Amino acid sequence: MKHARVAFDGRIHDVHAATDAPEGMLRLAGGRHASDEQVVWLPPIEPRTAFALAINYADHAKELKFKKPDAPLVFLKGRNAFIGNRATSRRTSDATFMHYECELAVVIGRHAKNVKAADAYAYVAGYTVANDYVIRDYLENYYRPNLRAKNRDGLTVLGPWLVDTADVADPMNLKLRTMVNGKITQNGNTKDMVFGIPALIAYLSSIMTLSPNDVILTGTPEGVVDVQPGDEVVCEIQGIGRLINRVTDDKSYYEGLPPPQAPIGNL
Amino acid sequence: MLHARVSLPGQSGPVQVHAATPGDTPMLGGMPIDVAHARWLPPIEGLVYGVILNDADSLEHYGDRMHQAPHVKPPTAPVLYIKPYNTHVNHGAVVTLPAGADRVEIGASLGIVFSSSCACVTMESAPASVAGYTLAIDLSLPKDDLYRPPILEKCFDGACPMGPWMVDRDDVPDPNALSIRTYVNDELVATRSTGDMLRPVWKLVTDVCDFMSFHPGDVLLAGYPLTAPTAKPGDRIAVEIDGFGRLECRITLANGVAQ
Repeated sequence: MKHARVAFDGRIHDVHAATDAPEGMLRLAGGRHASDEQVVWLPPIEPRTAFALAINYADHAKELKFKKPDAPLVFLKGRNAFIGNRATSRRTSDATFMHYECELAVVIGRHAKNVKAADAYAYVAGYTVANDYVIRDYLENYYRPNLRAKNRDGLTVLGPWLVDTADVADPMNLKLRTMVNGKITQNGNTKDMVFGIPALIAYLSSIMTLSPNDVILTGTPEGVVDVQPGDEVVCEIQGIGRLINRVTDDKSYYEGLPPPQAPIGNL
Repeated sequence: MLHARVSLPGQSGPVQVHAATPGDTPMLGGMPIDVAHARWLPPIEGLVYGVILNDADSLEHYGDRMHQAPHVKPPTAPVLYIKPYNTHVNHGAVVTLPAGADRVEIGASLGIVFSSSCACVTMESAPASVAGYTLAIDLSLPKDDLYRPPILEKCFDGACPMGPWMVDRDDVPDPNALSIRTYVNDELVATRSTGDMLRPVWKLVTDVCDFMSFHPGDVLLAGYPLTAPTAKPGDRIAVEIDGFGRLECRITLANGVAQ
């Protein structure tokens, strides 16, 4: 099964769908139906503690001219950052480099402390797709990646579906890719993670107790490019979902306007 | 007015209690509670953020390193970290240090408690988003390096005792003129004033809200010096601010039993 949370007709609905259900219509509480463009998609869970991994794909580390870390390079995020599928993310007017990061998000399902890597999957509720934007202009070399660059309102897109662990045969072998205005810009596979899911759960649970709805964003492969207001950014992970976001600008964001059209050169 | 969350026998969940001063018996709906059977809970339920390098002592201590690799230059915006939910514990908590740790820094902090979503505020509008203040002890394993996010150092279970009270904003006329005292085994080991903050409370809130928003119940710790005192397993720690009460916890070593 896969699960989503949407707002429709004045209330929030939990949506449950078999993974082989046709895309397009959603079955809501009480047997109602709505199309996936009629609803407002919320993140499929309300993240409790949100972990994210920096430079956890060897190719991405190389792309950013970093050496592979000896231990997982973890940072935390607040709930202000999270938005759902089909929402908009703001590129500030002074930014010169804002990029998406398509990431497999692992949602914890049980309290976990000092878990062995071999047992780690038993603590996973399921998986979803994350697009964890960064505005690189705001990176500073203190607690890097710092919150001003990585914990901005609405710059971590999550969803659309939480897919049950039982329905993902091998989360460490999933294709993931990003398309900007339909053009593939990022193409990778979760098998290229430096620290895989079992190692990450073992590492984090050795430091602290993990709880249900804690989420681990497992890092992104190479292929990050600058995005502009108007761009449509789609992050896809094989068997997990297709997460749509549009980049907006300051004026549209603050004045309640739809995002601008994509610049012609980006189409 | 002071507000706390406690758990009481016979109540199915936490209840809000109130008092006029920290020495008064907490009241629930006009009746005094049975303090002997109450368990204090952290006074807030949101996420806790903290800021570093927000005082003159820290800048002097870190000093030239800010101009060297990997930092290259001093930060221009507030540098934040997060104390996640597993760190939030109550007044009176017993905090177990991670295996192998023999010292812990006592980050006695003023916690700014938000009442409403707080984004794009100005110095003038910032107070309207703040409900009040609480005492917090930001417990950290010592690490003389500010380059990477402090997960190992600041995120172990119980690393952020808070409370016992939240003090209403308007009962604190000047949050930038508070004296914070730190005690180890009842001995006064440090006193500092919030008057040393490089970004005083409303400036700090304004500069942070320039890049992120808070939710109701979130807390922003206004910072403590890198030269904070330390404690060892077995020690009893307390921090105080006049009018806020006294926040106590005890430090122990891991003994192989889940805490």
